[in-house]
Amino acid sequence: MSTIFRPYTPTSQRSDRSARDRLRHRQKIKDSIRDNIGDILAEESIIGRDRDKIIKVPIRSVKEYRFIYGDNAAGVAQGDGNQKPGDVVEQGQGDGQGQGQGQGGNQPGVDAFETDITLEELIAIMFDDLELPELEKKAIKEVMSEDARKRKGHRKAGIRPRLDKRATARNRVRRKLAVQGSRDIDMEDEEQRFPFHKDDMSYFHIAPTTKEASNAVVFCIMDTSGSMGTVKKYLARSFYFLLFQFVRQKYNNVEVVFIAHHTEAKEVPEADFFHKVESGGTYISSGYRKALDIIQDRYHPSLWNVYAFHCSDGDNFYSDNERALQAAEELCKVCNLFGYGEIKPSGSAYYSGSMLEVFSAIKAPNFHMITIEKKEDLWEGFRSFLMKDRASGVSAHGKVFGPQNSEGAASAAP
Amino acid sequence: MSFNIDELAVWDEKIKEIVDRYRLNCYPQEFEICDHNEMLGYMAYTGMPAHYSHWSYGKAYERQKTMYDYGVSGLPYEMVINSSPCLAYLMRDNSLLLQVLTIAHVYGHNDFFANNFTFTSGTDARHVLEMFKNQANRVASYMEDPSIGVEAVEAVIDHAHAICYQRSRNLAIRQLSEDEARMRAWERAQAGPDPWREIHPAQEYKAPDLSKTPVEPQENLLQFIAQYNPYISEWKRDLLHIVDSQTQYFMPQMETKIMNEGWASYWHHKILNELGLPQGMHIEFLVRHNQVLRPHPGGLNPYHLGFVMWHDIERRWNEGDTGREWDTKDQPKRESSQHENDTPGRKKIFEVRETDRDQSFLRRFLTKELMEDLNLFQHERRGKERVVTKLPNEEAWKEVRDTMIKNVGTGSIPVIKVEDADFGKNRTLYLKHYHDGRDLQLDYAEHTLKHVARLWERDVVLETSINGKGSLLKLNGESLKIERL
Repeated sequence: MSTIFRPYTPTSQRSDRSARDRLRHRQKIKDSIRDNIGDILAEESIIGRDRDKIIKVPIRSVKEYRFIYGDNAAGVAQGDGNQKPGDVVEQGQGDGQGQGQGQGGNQPGVDAFETDITLEELIAIMFDDLELPELEKKAIKEVMSEDARKRKGHRKAGIRPRLDKRATARNRVRRKLAVQGSRDIDMEDEEQRFPFHKDDMSYFHIAPTTKEASNAVVFCIMDTSGSMGTVKKYLARSFYFLLFQFVRQKYNNVEVVFIAHHTEAKEVPEADFFHKVESGGTYISSGYRKALDIIQDRYHPSLWNVYAFHCSDGDNFYSDNERALQAAEELCKVCNLFGYGEIKPSGSAYYSGSMLEVFSAIKAPNFHMITIEKKEDLWEGFRSFLMKDRASGVSAHGKVFGPQNSEGAASAAP
Repeated sequence: MSFNIDELAVWDEKIKEIVDRYRLNCYPQEFEICDHNEMLGYMAYTGMPAHYSHWSYGKAYERQKTMYDYGVSGLPYEMVINSSPCLAYLMRDNSLLLQVLTIAHVYGHNDFFANNFTFTSGTDARHVLEMFKNQANRVASYMEDPSIGVEAVEAVIDHAHAICYQRSRNLAIRQLSEDEARMRAWERAQAGPDPWREIHPAQEYKAPDLSKTPVEPQENLLQFIAQYNPYISEWKRDLLHIVDSQTQYFMPQMETKIMNEGWASYWHHKILNELGLPQGMHIEFLVRHNQVLRPHPGGLNPYHLGFVMWHDIERRWNEGDTGREWDTKDQPKRESSQHENDTPGRKKIFEVRETDRDQSFLRRFLTKELMEDLNLFQHERRGKERVVTKLPNEEAWKEVRDTMIKNVGTGSIPVIKVEDADFGKNRTLYLKHYHDGRDLQLDYAEHTLKHVARLWERDVVLETSINGKGSLLKLNGESLKIERL
């Protein structure tokens, strides 16, 4: 029997057989990112970066486990003839892969590789994880958008840009056929024109409409007294970042107000908020009062969803505690969610004061306290903060609307 | 494309002439021309034109493609499937010489597939492609079945892949059925003929435990679970059989890597030297041949090792001598090739290519002299480093060789058998690792046990030895406990 040679068929004529399996593999990678989101968020580099920036996320590849031998197995390899007993052929604690394993292949390798992902996608995965669709069922305040308009019906008269050409042409054809039927004219004659008439014209009518817009404002209140060091500020900033991204996912229009306080509070631009070092003592109440003033002024709770979050190391001036508690209670009344995060990097927790006890008197359901000791706590803290949001949201406002945001919770990963 | 198909056919004619002259006994041969993308695809799916879908093949593809795109690894010149007719792929961007070299190499593999006992006893070459196609269709139908779905099928294949290599390795040894195993155990318990029964009392008869499942420890985990898990659904059972039969198909290739690659290299070397290549092509041949067959310091190149060993066997049987070093210059010149076929060396290697697998091949034919020539050494872990421990000298060469045997073929897969399917009388599956000095990688063992438990649908325990101490890995639900025995 003679040998058969099958000629080449260009790839374009064949189906891509591995496409489906590659897709499934990527989904697995995405799942693995989701499972490790806490670790990824703890990486400093992503916090506060541009949303469209591509970041590299090192992930362990999806492993296929088997029964394999560990690294106490001996191996045989080929050398150059100069090996003597006692020579080191492999340094350090390898995973058993590579050099020296006579028959490699089923040893556990260093199976990590990097994948590119935009921050936007990462955030989408993050909030996927938080079961966002359920969260969205919370009350979203309805605001009539001023310039929302919509095409609605036709009119005989109108301005030129609103001319409905298709309807106009249709009217003309209709009239032409009618004329043909009633008068016996040969319309097939090329010379015989049948121009548009004023009655053919049809214009779109534009009517104002109500559009539900959802607005939110995030109040970032931070203690910038002398006791707040770089590490504490960094933790606070990371938390605000998460909060801002989250609120942005949920609402069309988000504004952020930065309030820095020590013994007195002022509204500051973002750069100052994070980088300017202040000093002095702490009156927490001053920050809350400032927030209440601004809410009253610009973000009335009937029009805005208000989220406020305060980060401090809890080192308040003793005499201010009473006033702070009172202000916090007032804030709870006007906010969807008011959170207090006490930042205690490891080591500092023992010698400084704490507001946790003072604030434990607050009974409002939309108040939530968390403690952040290290980067890894951020995600857990944030989650619990939002669980609170879910629990309190509906009952606090009573109105439930469907999903609102257009960004979509589940945008595709790479 | 630097050649056309007619040109290849001409070379193929010439090669086949030589192949026939040397009495290689091949299946009919088919070549398919493909491009590098298709080659990547074939590599991910183990060369099969049809294969069931699973994410791990997507992973394999991505990995190969990344390595190829970044120049970490090239693509193989040849990819050949053990089937009849034997199917091989030629990459269209390769030079004419590479195509010729590949064709000659493929005939070597083809002959090996058609004659080596591991292949002839364990696989059915005529129906391989149909089997894979048919099984791919079955898996697809389960995935499309709305009552099963992709996720469930994928999960079962995940579990099955985790333990698919836990099966009997020598396919020439027939599996006993349950009844046969019971009969065997009963026979073994009977008193044999005893010529001294007059002068000492007969040995007390101990009834064998025939109620136990399995009667004899069972190595084929997938088959065992498919057979003895009473609650497993029909489609899952079918998936286990599919994965198992595909593993069985690949077993001979794992078992004969060194022999097979060495054999194909032996023949491409011989054939290309006799083809009368034009000088330019001949030089390219030497370059390519050396690229493929160069030793890999710090590792073992099966092409090189096999090639050297086949030549060594042939030389030793021709010269009736096992002591001298082998050198190409010593190769006796022969006038007619007819004559060459009848030399004792040639007869020996044809016999060995039929009757051996890598482990027996090394045990029988790897000599101390050859090991010294190859500069082999044994290495072991000492603390955090891997150090050279033994050289193939007078005292230690057998140990080095035995270590090597442990690591080739399926030797790198731990032997794990089912001892009891009803351990503790609550249907716990009792597995035992037959320890040979090598510990299991524990985190892998834990995850793999979870896979077993998902298939068995009850608790699973594994007996093994950790740092010289007998241990029992117990999996209760999701958590692993290690108990000292």
